[in-house]
Amino acid sequence: MNPLTPDEWQALALSLRVAGLSVLASLPFALGLAWLLSRVRFPGRLLVEAVLFLPLTLPPVVTGYALLVLFGRHGALGEWLAGLGIVFAFRWTGAVLAAAVMGFPLLVLSIRVAFDGVDRRLERAAETLGAGAWRRFATIVVPLSVRGIVAGCVLAFARAFGEFGATISFVSNIPGETRTLPIAIYELMNVPGGLPGVQRLTVVALVVAFVATLAAAVLGGTAWGRRRDD
Amino acid sequence: MIEVAITHAFRDLTLDVAFASPARALALFGDSGAGKTSVLDAIAGLLEPQHGRIVLDGQCLFDHAARVAMPVSMRDVGYVFQDGRLFPHLRVHANLLYGARARRRSATDFARIVELLDLGDLLDRSPSTLSGGERQRVAIGRALLAQPRILLLDEPLTGLHREARAQVLGHLGRLKRELRVATLLVSHQADEVIALADEVVLLRAGNVAGQVDVAAFAAMQVPRVSGSAH
Repeated sequence: MNPLTPDEWQALALSLRVAGLSVLASLPFALGLAWLLSRVRFPGRLLVEAVLFLPLTLPPVVTGYALLVLFGRHGALGEWLAGLGIVFAFRWTGAVLAAAVMGFPLLVLSIRVAFDGVDRRLERAAETLGAGAWRRFATIVVPLSVRGIVAGCVLAFARAFGEFGATISFVSNIPGETRTLPIAIYELMNVPGGLPGVQRLTVVALVVAFVATLAAAVLGGTAWGRRRDD
Repeated sequence: MIEVAITHAFRDLTLDVAFASPARALALFGDSGAGKTSVLDAIAGLLEPQHGRIVLDGQCLFDHAARVAMPVSMRDVGYVFQDGRLFPHLRVHANLLYGARARRRSATDFARIVELLDLGDLLDRSPSTLSGGERQRVAIGRALLAQPRILLLDEPLTGLHREARAQVLGHLGRLKRELRVATLLVSHQADEVIALADEVVLLRAGNVAGQVDVAAFAAMQVPRVSGSAH
């Protein structure tokens, strides 16, 4: 017996793809920004932090609207990007962008805390051994922050997987294209006889969230254990 | 040949140090708080003095007046810190090769240094499993394998128990006899200085109190030793 209908499978697969790609795409930027915030004192740092955390504090619908204004077909950036063949509005790529924006603060915050925890004296030692900034980052800072980076990725993934408000505002509800699992649940709640589907997808959401959190604990724990005992 | 003429005001000490020496094995000797480590930090580039100049083998590393401050990673020094500062996520083998890789140099002396420092059995170990003496030997090997122009040794035997101290001192003595690398040892222990240096700069409260060859330094220690026996 198939536990989900084809439409429900489609929503689940889309959600996994959107959440996974959103984390992958935003990770390099998050690593760079976390390093800047952790290691460099620059003017306007507080302003950058305030902007970074906006998606956490703004109503998601507002974030979605802002994305539409910026990246819509006639938006400030959207029109220019469309010229390069890159379109976000009402496409699954837009769902990835919305999920990335919503998960980004959690990703940066986790990684930054991990970077803050790296003993600066080790970086200084690496520097005296001839390692430039990039090598120190790649060989000392990142490996010693693996646990925080993994935790950040999982948090951002979970946030992206559950993303609803910004996504529906920015890319709407198009089956197979932008109807992610939360949007599918919302739609099923509003159609007669949709309750069994709501229940099935709710269980799926619970399982995915639980597995993701467990994976973070296992992966983070393994990386930590290797560092300490290897 | 090293030439140091620097001043730097700390909250509780004003460092005003000037010395020059062609000795291959030079030591800075003085009590705790005399400013010895700060001089090493200035040579390595970890401290930027408020005034002065540092020249190593004819190359200017730092010149306040000329606004020259060579980046730490370019100074080509090997710094052995008091606390070793091995990279905890790398095995001994990778720790040893870190500097050579960062400077893109082939570690042609690897086998010889491993043999001289008796590191053969430690190569696959993690730093967390090493004893204090083993850790310090790895730190010395790591600094040497980066092929520095000068090896800076900051109280490398402090904190080791008697047996480990004697062992590391023996290894440093072997290095002095068998390798041609210039060393600058910082210590407050006369026996270490006598065993490892050819010339000694005496530091007292941030100033140079004298510069003598090691025989004269040893002679200066006799009254202290006999005095302490009574």
